[in-house]
Amino acid sequence: MKKRVAFLLAVVALAAAGTAIANGPDLRLAPAPVNRLDQESLQRGARNFVNYCLNCHSAKYMRYNRLTDLGLTEEQIKANLMFATDKPGDTMNVAMRPEDAKRWLNAIPPDLSVEARVRGRDWLYNYLLGFYRDDKTPTGWNNLVFPNVAMPNVLAELSGTQKLVETEYEDHEKATGAAIAVRGLAAVEPAANHKYLVMTTAEESPGRLARADYEAFAADLVNYMDYMAEPARNERVRLGIIVLLFLGVLFLFAYWTKVEFWKDIH
Amino acid sequence: MQRLMTWIDERFPLTSLWESQWGKYIAPKNFNFWYYFGSLAALVLVMQIVTGIFLTMNYKPDATKAFESVEYIMRDVEWGWLIRYMHSTGASLFFVVVYLHMFRAFLYGSYRKPRELLWIFGCLIYLALMGEAFFGYLLPWGQMSYWGAQVIVNLFSTIPVIGDDLAVWIRGDYTVSDITLNRFFAFHVIALPLVLLGLVAAHIMALHEVGSNNPDGVDVKHQPRDPVTGLPPDGIYSHPYYTVKDIVGVIVFLAVFSIIVFFLPEMGGYFLEANNFIPADTLKTPEHIAPVWYFTPYYAMLRAVPSMMNTQVWGVLVMGASVVIFFFMPWLDRGRVKSIRYRGYLYKGWLAAFIVAFLILGYLGVVPVTVWGQFAEGFPFYAADKATVVARIFTVVYFLFFLLMPWYTARDKTKPEPDRVVWS
Repeated sequence: MKKRVAFLLAVVALAAAGTAIANGPDLRLAPAPVNRLDQESLQRGARNFVNYCLNCHSAKYMRYNRLTDLGLTEEQIKANLMFATDKPGDTMNVAMRPEDAKRWLNAIPPDLSVEARVRGRDWLYNYLLGFYRDDKTPTGWNNLVFPNVAMPNVLAELSGTQKLVETEYEDHEKATGAAIAVRGLAAVEPAANHKYLVMTTAEESPGRLARADYEAFAADLVNYMDYMAEPARNERVRLGIIVLLFLGVLFLFAYWTKVEFWKDIH
Repeated sequence: MQRLMTWIDERFPLTSLWESQWGKYIAPKNFNFWYYFGSLAALVLVMQIVTGIFLTMNYKPDATKAFESVEYIMRDVEWGWLIRYMHSTGASLFFVVVYLHMFRAFLYGSYRKPRELLWIFGCLIYLALMGEAFFGYLLPWGQMSYWGAQVIVNLFSTIPVIGDDLAVWIRGDYTVSDITLNRFFAFHVIALPLVLLGLVAAHIMALHEVGSNNPDGVDVKHQPRDPVTGLPPDGIYSHPYYTVKDIVGVIVFLAVFSIIVFFLPEMGGYFLEANNFIPADTLKTPEHIAPVWYFTPYYAMLRAVPSMMNTQVWGVLVMGASVVIFFFMPWLDRGRVKSIRYRGYLYKGWLAAFIVAFLILGYLGVVPVTVWGQFAEGFPFYAADKATVVARIFTVVYFLFFLLMPWYTARDKTKPEPDRVVWS
């Protein structure tokens, strides 16, 4: 009895304290420049995904042959996107076992099938841009969007390395203003003596891609992950317009019928 | 055709059923906007049953497969995404429609004598619907499904003496598990739908027995009938008049429904929560557990009541009482008139306060109690969170609306109700 009450109280208290603990710094995310109708971007995103993510992360609800949605033929998918299997009907699984992942990385990489529906496009985009060098973490990397994340910056070869830039401001208003002026990813955090810290990242050493090209790479990847989280979406929106037009026409007839019948009611 | 009907009618009362329940049912001619929601609730019930049947064909009530099977429905089942979104949107809109339907009764005193039983059937439907929604919410087996069920079942464990055993009995296990999922599935797809259908049939039959109320509170059923048509002066046949009128309502409703299903299926996280796209993790409690929007007024009350004498049971009792109190409305209301059109400022004021309380509590149930920060130290309140204090105030307002009702409705300055319908 006591234990149950304690548990209930703990859950309610946790629920209450939730956002305060969870949010940590106040994040300002750059909007992800993605377009769900841009098939070329989606195709590039699929390529980026299978090449860079699908080694550790699975997408176990996504079938390879579903990629025909993106204007690809099954042959193209087989030749360019399938490395782990030769059956196009298979889902995107990885060979790494969870217990190994736990040992090597200290965490099991989450399945990414519906990750975009959990995090949202903007969060994912900024997460991919938010890695910086940090000697205090086991991996040597940290992330502005997801502090102390277990994932190392596997895209460092492309993106180059970033470092953390912290600037202190007198009050919350000035700090927020400075964060907005960054026009990109920034985080505002309370600091000692009622001051506020604005955290951003800056280039340390360049990677294989120029910064703008890396941002486009990340945007394509996010666009693809957003598609993968709900492959039926474009079809859904297309159908919705037809359904609403149909209901509009039906309404006219139904309303006219109602008016005709009710003419004799006074 | 005529011969077939005669053949059937001699063996089954088909024609008389149709005529008593709809075809020759005499309804007041002055139904307004608020009278669409009964037929819409019936429509949503049918949609939920039909989409539910198709979901059941592909869903697997198994803790290791449930989440996966929902994604399978969303991706691999033909039209699966549409059926699933119709069902999830239908669940929320069921509550929208039922809340508006209940509000209509508050406006026009539809629960008053002689419609007490009709009202009680309605309250039972509301209770069954809450159960149906709660059991169904566990089935996708996401984080919110799991922890929401965990919290609600644990409410029962706060009951003195038997609480712990009761919670284990409900779950069939010491925590929410595969066993719980299986029984909730059984409740959701067969037990409660049966109860709901039975109650809805009783609700409709009771309505067609006592006759409908109307915005003027006129007793149409007992008006003198026209010797030629057999109709009271303010009554019309449901068919075709309300058939064609309700069809217009259905189409408008379907348009709203479609906008959500096709363009906003998550409804900004209120109909489908982002956290529920994470599979249930029995070891990781989410940071912020909130019920779906239609339960949030009650959840806010639960959180607002402080634990006293070392138990949290008071919040649970308050939450239960806040729903059960609806049943007593027919006897709490002692006004001389039914309709708000002829009531005085006391009832109007209290009803407005009740609606404000319900909406604000609904909002506070969604957000963490820290949302508005805390009162400065030394402020003379028991709790320091501003939101908690506000929730307490509105919980009191919510109950005062009911508890003071015998007093303020009897004292209210009312205008006389008309004998005939007044078009407005």
